Amino acid sequence: MRFGVLQFPGSCDERDAIAACGRVGEAEIIWHESTDLSGVDAVVVPGGFSYGDYLRAGAIARFAPAMEAVTRFAADGGPVLGICNGFQVLCEAGLLPGALLPNEGRKFLCRQVDLEVVSADSVWLGATEPGQTLSVPVKHANGRWFAPDQTVDALEESGQIALRYAAGQNPNGSTRDIAGVTNEAGNVMGLMPHPEHAVDAALTGSADGLEIFRSPALATA
Amino acid sequence: MKARVLIRPKEGILDPQGKAVERALPALGFEGIDNVRVGRLVELEAEDPAHLESLCEKLLANPLIEDFEIEEIEA
Repeated sequence: MRFGVLQFPGSCDERDAIAACGRVGEAEIIWHESTDLSGVDAVVVPGGFSYGDYLRAGAIARFAPAMEAVTRFAADGGPVLGICNGFQVLCEAGLLPGALLPNEGRKFLCRQVDLEVVSADSVWLGATEPGQTLSVPVKHANGRWFAPDQTVDALEESGQIALRYAAGQNPNGSTRDIAGVTNEAGNVMGLMPHPEHAVDAALTGSADGLEIFRSPALATA
Repeated sequence: MKARVLIRPKEGILDPQGKAVERALPALGFEGIDNVRVGRLVELEAEDPAHLESLCEKLLANPLIEDFEIEEIEA
C-alpha cells in the first residue's frame, strides 16, 4: 500500500502522517501544485493551516491543483483520508458533508480524547469494530463539525457517521458529538482528531491511530 | 464595479466570537448590548459583476454556515 500525503503551504502534520503511513506501507509527499497521483493507492490530506486558513479553514486549499486530482481519485473510488485541516478541506471541496466551525469555547484545544467507532463500514475503519474505543489526540480551534439536523439524520441512516467523541468528551461542541464522517461510498473519511499522532504507545501513550492507517490495505486485500 | 460583500454566520448557528465580544462589553461599562454576531466584510472590484454571486457561493462564503449580501458601492 503506497500512501500519498498532500502538502500545502501551511500544512504542518505531513511528516507525522508520512511516519504513520510508513508503519503500514510506503508513503510520499504530494506537493499542492502536483496533479500526479499515479502509483498512489491512498491519499491523506494532513492537518495544519493550509494557505494560512485565510477566509475559512480549508476554503482556499480546495482549489489547489492537487485537490482536483484528489477529487478525481475519490470519484474513482480511491481511499482519501482528511485529518483536521484535511477534514476541513474535504468538507469545503464537497467531498464530505458538513462544515467545521470555530470551537464552542473559542479556545485552541490540545488534548487526548476517546473516540467511539460508530460505523466500521468505510475503507478507513475496516480494521475496527463498531463500539470500539480509540484514544487519539485533538488539537484544533475550528473543529466544531456542523450540518443541519435533516442532513445528520440522513447520515446516521446511511451509516456515514464514522466516529463520535466518547460520552462527555466532546471538546468543541460538534453536532451530536460527531468526530468523523464518510462519504456515501465509504472511500472518503474525515476526522478532527489526529490518528497520525497516536501510532507509538511509548511516545504518546496510544497506538490506536494505526488502526485507521491499517484499514485501506484490508479493504483492497 | 466596486462592491462590498457582507458575510455573516447563518441564523441559529452559534457564533463564539460574537458571544465573547458580548461578554466583554459589561466589563467596559457598556450595558444592554445583546445578540452580537461577528461576520466578515470583503471589498472588491469586478470587471464583470455577473460572476459575483457564484464567486461568493464558491469561495467567499460557505452557504451551509454563512449568509452573504452583495452591495454595489460604485458602478
